[in-house]
Amino acid sequence: MSSGLVLAVSALYLGLLFAIAQYVDTHERAKRIFHRNPYVFTLSMAVFCTSWTFYGSVGRAATTGLSFLPIYLGPTLVFVLWSTLWIKIIRICKQQRITSIADFIASRYGKRSTLGGLVTIIAVVGTMPYISLQLKSIGNSFRILVTSSAGSMPAQPVDPLFFVDTTLVVAIALSLFAILFGTRHLDASEHHEGLVVAIAFESVVKLIAFLAVGLFVTYGIFHGFTDIFQRASVDPALSRLFTVSQGSGYSQWMTMTLLSMAAIICLPRQFYITAVENPDEEYIRKATWLFPLYLLVINLFVLPIAIGGRLAFAGTPVDADMFVLTVPLYYDYPVLALFAFVGGLSAATSMVIVASIALATMVCNDLVMPLLLRWRWANINKTADLTGLLLAIRRISIVVILILGYGYYRFASESYSLVTIGLVSFAAAAQFAPSIIGGIFWKNATYSGALTGLMLGFLMWLYTLLLPSFAQSGWLPVSFIEHGAFGIWWLKPYALFGLEGFDRLTHALFWSMLVNIGAFWLMSILTQQTAIERIQAVQFVDVFRGADDAADSSYWRGTATIGDLQQLVGRFVGVQRVAEAFDAFAAARNISLKKNQQVDASLLDFAERLLAGSIGSATARVMIGSIVKGEIVSLDEVYRILDETSQVIEYSHKLEQKSAELEEATAQLRTANERLKELDSLKDDFLSMVSHELRTPLTSLRAFAEILQDNPTVSGPQRDQFLSIIIKESERLTRLIDQLLDLAKLEAGRMDWSLRDVDVATTIEEAVAALNALIHEKDIRLEMDMPDDLPFVRADRDQLIQVIVNLISNAIKFCDSERGVIRIRVTRQAEALLVGVEDNGFGIPAPMTEVIFERFRQTLSPAGGKPQGSGLGLAICKQIVTFLGGEIWAENLDRGGVGFFFTIPMAKS
Amino acid sequence: MGGVIDSMSHTVLVVEDEPNIVLSLQFIMRQAGFTVRVVSDGDQALRAIEDYVPDLVLLDIMLPKRDGFAVCEAIRANPACHKVKIIMLSAKSRDADRNKALELGADEFVTKPFSTRNLGELVNRMFLTGAPASPPPRT
Repeated sequence: MSSGLVLAVSALYLGLLFAIAQYVDTHERAKRIFHRNPYVFTLSMAVFCTSWTFYGSVGRAATTGLSFLPIYLGPTLVFVLWSTLWIKIIRICKQQRITSIADFIASRYGKRSTLGGLVTIIAVVGTMPYISLQLKSIGNSFRILVTSSAGSMPAQPVDPLFFVDTTLVVAIALSLFAILFGTRHLDASEHHEGLVVAIAFESVVKLIAFLAVGLFVTYGIFHGFTDIFQRASVDPALSRLFTVSQGSGYSQWMTMTLLSMAAIICLPRQFYITAVENPDEEYIRKATWLFPLYLLVINLFVLPIAIGGRLAFAGTPVDADMFVLTVPLYYDYPVLALFAFVGGLSAATSMVIVASIALATMVCNDLVMPLLLRWRWANINKTADLTGLLLAIRRISIVVILILGYGYYRFASESYSLVTIGLVSFAAAAQFAPSIIGGIFWKNATYSGALTGLMLGFLMWLYTLLLPSFAQSGWLPVSFIEHGAFGIWWLKPYALFGLEGFDRLTHALFWSMLVNIGAFWLMSILTQQTAIERIQAVQFVDVFRGADDAADSSYWRGTATIGDLQQLVGRFVGVQRVAEAFDAFAAARNISLKKNQQVDASLLDFAERLLAGSIGSATARVMIGSIVKGEIVSLDEVYRILDETSQVIEYSHKLEQKSAELEEATAQLRTANERLKELDSLKDDFLSMVSHELRTPLTSLRAFAEILQDNPTVSGPQRDQFLSIIIKESERLTRLIDQLLDLAKLEAGRMDWSLRDVDVATTIEEAVAALNALIHEKDIRLEMDMPDDLPFVRADRDQLIQVIVNLISNAIKFCDSERGVIRIRVTRQAEALLVGVEDNGFGIPAPMTEVIFERFRQTLSPAGGKPQGSGLGLAICKQIVTFLGGEIWAENLDRGGVGFFFTIPMAKS
Repeated sequence: MGGVIDSMSHTVLVVEDEPNIVLSLQFIMRQAGFTVRVVSDGDQALRAIEDYVPDLVLLDIMLPKRDGFAVCEAIRANPACHKVKIIMLSAKSRDADRNKALELGADEFVTKPFSTRNLGELVNRMFLTGAPASPPPRT
């Protein structure tokens, strides 16, 4: 047969597969009809039947008889007797959004990337032989198809494609195809509907192809089953095949049945198709009988084909693994052979595609990403869109997985039959069984238990199955098998610790499972679960219970211990305080709390309130909820919560700081308030003073006005006296009001100043002129002492006059009544002029020299009576002088009397 | 204004430092028939009381040296003066000042500026009946 035709048919077939997947993915209606369909789902599960089934079973049957059967007996038993197991796993996967078997195990044991990574490594290494098996079968079938002709079968088919290893071409082609299939869309939690339907289609193709060959052999060449078995029973070599052989045969049956039971659950691709891609857990009920039926049907003709092949090729060294292909060729039915080839191709491609996609997802999610996050967390974090990166990782993973498979094929597979190779993979996958089964039925299974069990089981598998297979192929010294590693007899990989009498597979399974289960159990008993492990354990084991009464608080019970709760709250509230609070809680209810005791609803409530006091009710609820209800927290959310926690701590630091600042501000406010009260009381005093000062002249005004009105007979001179009092008091009142307004303006800074250069001498002369009449009236002598060339000062002229007038008026009032002398002196200082107004009166009491400039501070008049004036004059002077940049003070003079002095800055020349 | 108080034996001590107000009080009290004595500070007032017990004291609060409250207190502390009527006259108009004056034993508190007519009536009532029949009208 020409290689071009075979290649064209293969390409067409793969194109058809791709078209189916593409069509289903892009048509909602097709998705509804084909994907949401229990029959299609069951057919997709038949990905279990690979080249191993299609070619290998016949080969196995042709050489060892019925021992091909346990591989299908195991899955049948699991589905018929234990379908609830699958329902449980599927329910967990959906609730926890599981993406792979590695994700499943890692999630169950506290979501640690180490465990997920280990599972991924085991899965990749363990699947390696399995993929090599597919590559080998495709390569061999292709070689046979294009090189053989009717009647003659080449014992060692050669590569038809010019020096190129066909199997390598197959590996590359399949990896490209798997990339096309599996990495079109990214989200691993999303269903690959097209893929599932295409895989189901492949299951139909391989079944029909196999049945076609079987029917051809049974009814085309022979005359039905009876005929075949009669012929076979005549041949003693063949009749042996129908019975289970003695001795190790039974143990091997047992081993293979157990292995295949584990494999149907633990094979990464099987787990992926059955649990992750499952559209509806109810479909399992249909699969319970439909899947075993498929296995039964595809195995119906294994023995007839095997016998047919043995009879046809009796005496010639034809590879029994290829009977499905070579028998039709032998009888010259090339089209049937081509169909058989397509069937084999479908069996192989379905496995390779699903396995590589499932493994690539695991490699990406459970191996590469955790490492990237750890090593380059900052960079990854900055990249918002990781889609490209993830796709690249998955694509590279697919290629690497297929190259590994090819490598195993090159190094180890050639000398083994298909089934033997496959069983190595089964044994590897079986290592997951304790962690999975234990994880969903035994709450106390711990992370350490799973990790150690898996690690030891895997190492044992490596040592007793994988390494010897390399040794037998010549890549390791054969002495490794015969005398043990380093020549130590009890390290012989097929007779470890002197255990002999088992076949190699049983031996390997015995040791690997012994250390796996043993370590899993022992470490689980010896180690403590973390809080999240305990939460996950309950979520997994009680998955059916959780869904029904998730809202019920009784569901909360048993998901966290008091110790965990106390620790959580302690992180925020303080360990000591929490311990005391919990003790108080226990004492109030007359109960005792033990660390390992399960939390009840009332304590949760209490803890939540306790926590809320520190971090707010919402966050407290989230935190308590996260530990108790065990809501699934993604890696991102964990980082976010940690982030928020540190933010909360920072925030509380800030709050402390703020409250310190507030206290300080409060103190300042209190001081300011007291000052205000003081000022208020001063203002009150001032108003009271003003009121008093206004009422005094008003009293005289009213009194004399009434007296004059009521006493028309008051005589002329007295009448004149009264009237002049009225006038003077009116003037006093006016003056008082003017000064009050002036002072108010000055104090409020609303006075309109017109500053210019002023000559002090002329200003003083003007002021004296205004008071000249009064000075003469009191017969006061005025002495002026001023240098001639006085510089200008910077001042408001009118205000300066007012200061001088006020001071001279004061002096007039207080100077000696008999021989009054007022001396006005101006002296020059460094940068200012000093003006002094001195009288020769009593002087003022020493303490008064300071306060006399305050409002309404007055000294007694020389006569001992009430002083004339408002009591505001000096206050106004002080305001004006201060504004102009000078100083004003009073001092008693040595020669008697008092002097008022003020400075005023010179104008800048 | 009521009639002149019959007996010339009534004496009033005016304690006031504002000369014009003293002048007006002198005029009014003489008209009402009192013998008027005048002092202008608290110390003088106390000396005057020691000297001669008046029937009525018109007492300002804001006084030099010793204020009107202290004078009032001293008069009330003097057993010889238990019959002396005290009318406080003040430009201080706050309730606190009025209450303080009454507590210290003043008979009346009159706010400046006052009406000479009302003051005259108040004095008449005091010395015709011995005590004011009704609270004096505020002026």
